[in-house]
Amino acid sequence: MRNELRELYKYRELLVMIAVRDIKVRYKQSLMGFFWAILMPVLIVASGILVRYGYAIASHKPLDVADLVSVAIKSVPWAFLVSSVRFSSQSLIGNQNLVTKVYFPKEIFPMAAVLSQLFDLCIASSVLAILLMFVRLNLGLRLLWAGPLLATVVVLAVGIGLLVSAGSLFYRDVKYIVEVFLTFAIFFTPVFYDVDMFGPKGRWLLLNPIAPLLEGFSSIVYGRAPDWNWLIYSVAFALFTLIFAYFLFKKIEPEFAQSI
Amino acid sequence: MSNIAVRMDHVSKKFRKGEIHDSLRDLIPAFAGRLLGKKKEETSDSPRDFWALKDISFEVRQGEAFGIVGPNGAGKSTMLKLLSRIMRPTTGTFEVQGRLSALIEVAAGFHPDLTGRENVFLSGAIYGMSKREITSKFDEIVAFAGLEDFMDTPVKRYSSGMYARLGFSVASHVNPDVLIVDEVLSVGDYAFQKRCMDKMRSVIQSGATVLFVSHNLKAMTELCSRCLLLQRGRMIDIGPSEDVIRTYIGALEGGRVHDKSQEAVISRVSVRDKEKECQNFKTGERAWVDIEVTARKRCRKLSVSLYIMDSTDLMVMDTSTERLGYESVDLEEGQTFRCTFELDLNLVGGTFYVSSLLFRYDITKEYDRWFRASTLFIASDQDVRGLANCFPRVIDRQIFTANEREEVPMEQAHTGSPQ
Repeated sequence: MRNELRELYKYRELLVMIAVRDIKVRYKQSLMGFFWAILMPVLIVASGILVRYGYAIASHKPLDVADLVSVAIKSVPWAFLVSSVRFSSQSLIGNQNLVTKVYFPKEIFPMAAVLSQLFDLCIASSVLAILLMFVRLNLGLRLLWAGPLLATVVVLAVGIGLLVSAGSLFYRDVKYIVEVFLTFAIFFTPVFYDVDMFGPKGRWLLLNPIAPLLEGFSSIVYGRAPDWNWLIYSVAFALFTLIFAYFLFKKIEPEFAQSI
Repeated sequence: MSNIAVRMDHVSKKFRKGEIHDSLRDLIPAFAGRLLGKKKEETSDSPRDFWALKDISFEVRQGEAFGIVGPNGAGKSTMLKLLSRIMRPTTGTFEVQGRLSALIEVAAGFHPDLTGRENVFLSGAIYGMSKREITSKFDEIVAFAGLEDFMDTPVKRYSSGMYARLGFSVASHVNPDVLIVDEVLSVGDYAFQKRCMDKMRSVIQSGATVLFVSHNLKAMTELCSRCLLLQRGRMIDIGPSEDVIRTYIGALEGGRVHDKSQEAVISRVSVRDKEKECQNFKTGERAWVDIEVTARKRCRKLSVSLYIMDSTDLMVMDTSTERLGYESVDLEEGQTFRCTFELDLNLVGGTFYVSSLLFRYDITKEYDRWFRASTLFIASDQDVRGLANCFPRVIDRQIFTANEREEVPMEQAHTGSPQ
């Protein structure tokens, strides 16, 4: 495994170049240009506001600014995870030529897909940061928590990305399974809502490994203490996924060229 | 044995015909088995199995130019994919010393929406070059492709020739220890192909080990010192290029099959010099081509055509007994007709093929054809290229300025006496 990692390090420039290629291709000859990067978070925030508004009416509680900010902050990493998985699932079959014709570590493709999404995430977060300046909500040093939380999301994204990219290389329906899954995943994930809205039973929702991370973002906004146990669960899950996915990916990589 | 660059040791590669997995149901036990470290029974032969390569062993020395020839489907590309680690052999082991680069499909890394410049950097990195390395060679790469003015144009606007030229140019500027070249010398126009050949020669001279795969046998004999002949995944012959290529051409000729319903067939085509059968000639020498035709049924008004083509199937000469003014022949069942063409081989140095066709003109009926029935290897001391050798000589050389021109008497240009 050490040799594989050394080889990946050797090709680190290529990883960046393929990510840059993916970004350039996405923005070249496009109508929306860089607005594309904030399209998905904006849509999620808009839906979130609608859901929250409905919730406020039903529960006769006033709609709080913090609720909206919380939805906005959670929407950015969620959008990142969703697009990372979506683009990774296409990354190997979309580069069929390179998979069958040239040798280099193929995990570069899903990793570059995640990396190029990270670029969009940076744009979206910058826009969000500017908007937050208009909201009188003092987040202060708590905002530093966003760093490790985001890092865990990236680890999870790479892990899932490796799995779905290799999976869809062998079975074309994996792509559709992923699409369906991503469409409905938002209902099982506390993006529009918070877990405690469900009372004690809400804890079951935290089994979803991304949920404790999003709750973590939420607690930045509300100034609550994060739930350490669940956060450790998420970090462990993300690391395990990454290690397992990488191991499996390298194991079946030699079959790629003849199975694509 | 440090001077061995590539060593293959009893390498075999098996493919499965048809779909690889029928369903997810097949996959799960296979997957579980693999995870538990159980090796599948790799050597068993089922009817669905297909051996693309079987028991291949050879060694290539450092700095050697080694060719791999064989008909389509012989396993050449599979072998290169194994060597470049894109695929893994089913059984056997191989070793490659040093950095390996494979020119299998040169423009594989190009993205149509990116500009020429961006693609040079991208595909350079795909071949394992560092950014700094590409930057230092950038001008050279662009100049080689001859595309200085198009570097900021997206490559989707390129012509297919430009596309391929840029691809080849990037790929050939990777400086590997072992270079694998798969059929990429047939890129671009004549001038660019020549430049490719020169580039390959200089790569060989620089001491790199090069493995070539090509159907261009002329290029193979020129570039490679040794060749390997593959057929249906098996090693047929290995040795000096010219011997192996001769075996290969012989094998192709032997592979001609006749249809039982044919009324007349070309039964022999052979080339000889004054005394004996022979395939090696000097440019300008005289050769005789004997063609025999055997009738299986009564045939009327037969004439025999003779073609000479170069290695790219470009027609050099096309004639027939009837067009040369000889009467057509009538054959009874079982009769054989032989005719001999006398030729002056005013051809440039290289490999040419003799083909023959049995034809009846008045009803335009083709009885039999035999392409590449025999081979002519033409040797020449003079550097004349192309197809025909017109035996050029320079008989007058002068330098003069524009106003001197009229003062030179016209006769003077003709006074140089031919030898």
